[in-house]
Amino acid sequence: MSIRERLSGNEASATAMKQINPDVVAAFPITPSTEIPQYFSTFVSNGTVDTEFVAVESEHSAMSACIGAEAAGSRAMTATSANGLSLMWEMIYIASSLRLPIVMSLVNRAVSGPLNIHNDHSDAMGVRDAGWIMMFSENNQEAYDNLLMAHRIAEHKDVMLPLMVCQDGFITSHSIENIMLEEDSEVKKFVGTYKPEHYLLNRNEPIAVGPLDVQPYLFEHKAQQADAMRASKQVILDVAKDFEAWTGRKYGLFEEYKLDDAELAIVCVNSTAGTTKFVVDKLREQGVKAGLLKLRVYRPFPGEEISKALAHVKAVAVLDKSDSLNSAGGAIFTDITSSFQVHKVNVPTINYIYGIGGRDTKADDIESVYKDLEYVAKTGDLGIPYRYLGLRR
Amino acid sequence: MSEINATTPMNEMTIGGNIYEAGNARNFKTGDWRSIKPVYIEEKCKQCGLCFPVCPDNAIPVNKELKREDFNYDYCKGCGVCAKVCPFAAIIME
Repeated sequence: MSIRERLSGNEASATAMKQINPDVVAAFPITPSTEIPQYFSTFVSNGTVDTEFVAVESEHSAMSACIGAEAAGSRAMTATSANGLSLMWEMIYIASSLRLPIVMSLVNRAVSGPLNIHNDHSDAMGVRDAGWIMMFSENNQEAYDNLLMAHRIAEHKDVMLPLMVCQDGFITSHSIENIMLEEDSEVKKFVGTYKPEHYLLNRNEPIAVGPLDVQPYLFEHKAQQADAMRASKQVILDVAKDFEAWTGRKYGLFEEYKLDDAELAIVCVNSTAGTTKFVVDKLREQGVKAGLLKLRVYRPFPGEEISKALAHVKAVAVLDKSDSLNSAGGAIFTDITSSFQVHKVNVPTINYIYGIGGRDTKADDIESVYKDLEYVAKTGDLGIPYRYLGLRR
Repeated sequence: MSEINATTPMNEMTIGGNIYEAGNARNFKTGDWRSIKPVYIEEKCKQCGLCFPVCPDNAIPVNKELKREDFNYDYCKGCGVCAKVCPFAAIIME
């Protein structure tokens, strides 16, 4: 039986970690993810978990400790935000290349500078090609559910990749909303125990992890990572199916909200999807065929599936909460438009950079995007496709 | 574990370059890093035992009688530390 509760996104993430009861948690506080290790350390003090909590001196050490713990054969988790992730940068690549299925809760925040502690996605987008599976969460429920599914995906023998579960800093991490929690014993059963095939503390099989990987080898090891990333797509879907059978909550690579018959579509991730659903409902009442594609899994990138899901619409707007500063467009926009090209989908597509540094994005802003899409659909005139939403000019 | 070399196809390689056996540094011959090499002059050697402990690798083999033998050039990188400590000029670098 599910338990009805009300929790913030950070509380929900810490609760998931408590129920998963990992062997090691190594984390360093940084706004807005601080509460996750803070709540978790109280679980450790109260004896509600068996976890070894490593109070490290930096995020570089947090990720390093997780790498050591996973290589040793245990299950390790961490949480961070923004510049904390930046400080982990070097070890982020080590974790994925050593194929260690570490699970991280990333509470999205703008990477400084100038100094800002509020929400955007520049932290996550900075590591989008680092070989981590990346899942985004609209609200506290999804942050919780994604974490419950995380280890089954990351530790699958065809995958063996680290995984991060993202949610919006403050907007969902600090907002208290209703949530359905699952029972501890049921979570334990679903997540299972981690039994790695090879690990450092196995005295029957001494192994070396992370040796020098020179010219004849690194290329193949990177291609193995790419293969694992491709394979993870099916594993994510399989785990979601089991999760649905257990909880009744259904997940895919993305959520299609009134997209079947939509003519105008927005693509976005995280909490903005909630605002967009509100606007879609309002526009539908006015007879506007608006729809939403909310991306849940960003890495692996479901380019083929997205292209199929959007092929019938008349115009698409991709919302990026991180500016790539590249004069080409945001990360999700460039990924989607290149997938369209590869899969021969020709739908006029525009890009909006929005919500940078925690700038509020209101229903009116989203409505103005659908208005712009109406014009693009009618005229086919893209104008400048790389646009800004809510920017003062 | 079967040997992995520069012709091993990708799907037969271990993930992350992991090596599933102990003592594998022996398989990595680093002698070709050397630009100069130590030469052992046996007649001058008094078997004093000062050279082999300072070798940063294990390039000076010592036999059961605790006597040093000629260099193992598979691993000697030519650092010259042994020549420096030898009091009898029994090791010269060339």
